[in-house]
Amino acid sequence: MNTEASTLKDLDAVRSMIKRHKLNDYLFGAVGLSFIILILLTLLVLFIDLIMDGYPKLMSWDFFSSFPSRRAANAGLLSALVGSALVMIITFVSAVPMGVAAAIYLEEYAKKNWLSEVIEVNVTNLAAVPSIIYGLLALGLFVYILDFGTSILTAGLTLGLLILPVVIVATREAIRGIPVAIREAAYAVGATKWQVVSQHVVRYATGGILTGVIIGMARAIGETAPVITIGALTFIAFLPPSPVTTSAPFLNFDWLWSGFTVLPIQMFSWLSRPGADFHVNAAAAGAVIIVVTLLMNGIAIKMRYNIRKKIKWQ
Amino acid sequence: MVTVTTPLKAESRDLNFIYNGGIHALKGINMPLYEKKITALIGPSGCGKSTFLRCFNRMHDLYPGNKYQGQIVMHPDNTNVLDAGVDPIEVRMRISMVFQKPNPFPKSIYENVAYGLRVRGERNKRIIDDKVEEALKGAAIWDEVKDRLHDLAFNLSGGQQQRLCIARALATDPEIMLFDEPTSALDPIATANIEELMTELRDKLTILVVTHNMQQAARISDYTAYMYLGEMVEYGDTDRIFTNPTRKETEDYITGKFG
Ligand SMILES: Nc1ncnc2c1ncn2[C@@H]1O[C@H](COP(=O)(O)OP(=O)(O)OP(=O)(O)O)[C@@H](O)[C@H]1O
Ligand SMILES: [Mg+2]
Repeated sequence: MNTEASTLKDLDAVRSMIKRHKLNDYLFGAVGLSFIILILLTLLVLFIDLIMDGYPKLMSWDFFSSFPSRRAANAGLLSALVGSALVMIITFVSAVPMGVAAAIYLEEYAKKNWLSEVIEVNVTNLAAVPSIIYGLLALGLFVYILDFGTSILTAGLTLGLLILPVVIVATREAIRGIPVAIREAAYAVGATKWQVVSQHVVRYATGGILTGVIIGMARAIGETAPVITIGALTFIAFLPPSPVTTSAPFLNFDWLWSGFTVLPIQMFSWLSRPGADFHVNAAAAGAVIIVVTLLMNGIAIKMRYNIRKKIKWQ
Repeated sequence: MVTVTTPLKAESRDLNFIYNGGIHALKGINMPLYEKKITALIGPSGCGKSTFLRCFNRMHDLYPGNKYQGQIVMHPDNTNVLDAGVDPIEVRMRISMVFQKPNPFPKSIYENVAYGLRVRGERNKRIIDDKVEEALKGAAIWDEVKDRLHDLAFNLSGGQQQRLCIARALATDPEIMLFDEPTSALDPIATANIEELMTELRDKLTILVVTHNMQQAARISDYTAYMYLGEMVEYGDTDRIFTNPTRKETEDYITGKFG
């Protein structure tokens, strides 16, 4: 009897203790949730504001199919859209193969010693270097030394350099996520290192790599400072030569050397005009940039989800 | 008397192994591996069973700084698989391995089994098809998967995955198969399946198996080696080791007084 009573009392004490401890869960949950709501609301309000300001422009096809103009009513995004797309192609082509290869080398081939540690720390830090510094570097290297001019090629390579560390870090993370057991399984049947890397590691890491690439590209598409630094123009009333032609060899690379503008620069230039009429254009351009960025991030999330669903390590 | 007539498949001669951190995990191991027999390695956790097993297919080469001393000689060609001049990939082509936890690739059932053949440069689809079927039959899983060969291997149960891994190791016609506690992650029925499978495989190849399960060693193996603290304490016919061990430590371990 006696013991039963005492255990009962203990149980009460235990229960109230659990309750007290759980209070922290609720508290943290509430604080965290309100922060998230605050952040999301701020972004949402900004976005809605841009859309409302730019509404008349966003609703007209002319805005997307016209060149910039001195009159706000006629000014459009066409050259900036095409410019951004072409610059992104160069960024992708220059950053992705190099970044993935570098990451694979560092992760799978490089001997682990002080040198690889130094390189590792530096690559990670490169991701944090302000983008305008990349612009300065590119101005010296691509524009003056290599004489590429203020061209699509220069802009694409600059942004490629900018996102290279992002691609490298994301690829390494993705590679590290592959269980040792899977590598050992492949080695145990007699695979060479290259077979393990190309037929297993890279394949299973594709989801993570692509996510990193898309997030890097989404960052690049909104970058303004480095592109201004290399001397990009704000008023481009022509399109670069078409990359595809109707006669053999059907590909034309003259566009690489063409002048250009990109979305954020176009937005910036409209924003810096006095008078409210151009600000409508700027707001519309801002909304377009946000939509493109969100879309790219959405694709990244969807891809990761699909691949996670298919390849789930137990 | 059996040992006199059975040919040797491999033997470890004065084998020492030192991990890159400096741990001396194997100390002067001498042990024969008889052809088409099952040899079981038993001993308490951390005594070096996995370390020893993984010397046979040079798995330790994957991590820098690990050191082998001594020899593991394969017969009849007298190749020392630990020789620095012998390519570990060549060794792994002759000696395959089944791991403790099933580790299929995130590929189809078919591709899992075919992988070893592809690595060996086989391109002929007919030959690969035949080999895959033969290996899946050999691993006693053919009937369960023959209608879903192109399903993802991850969708199989744990026991099926382990048999798939056995099929993968079998498809390349290895001379020796290494098993590191192949049933420790499985339920009793799946365990019984795999034990039966191993005794059938004995007709074809030589098996070295690590196990924590005394009954399992007694049931399936022809020879048993008891290891302790990186040393080979006792080796002999399984029947003798389990009925009449010469060393006190062995007796204590198999009777459960220790370990
Ligand atoms: N990668 C490693 N690096 C350094 N030391 C290791 C490594 N793996 C194992 N060891 C050490 O080597 C010794 C033998 O380990 P091993 O894994 O071979 O034991 P085991 O007999 O297989 O044990 P278990 O039955 O628990 O699997 C242990 O002391 C262990 O701590
Ligand atoms: Mg072990």
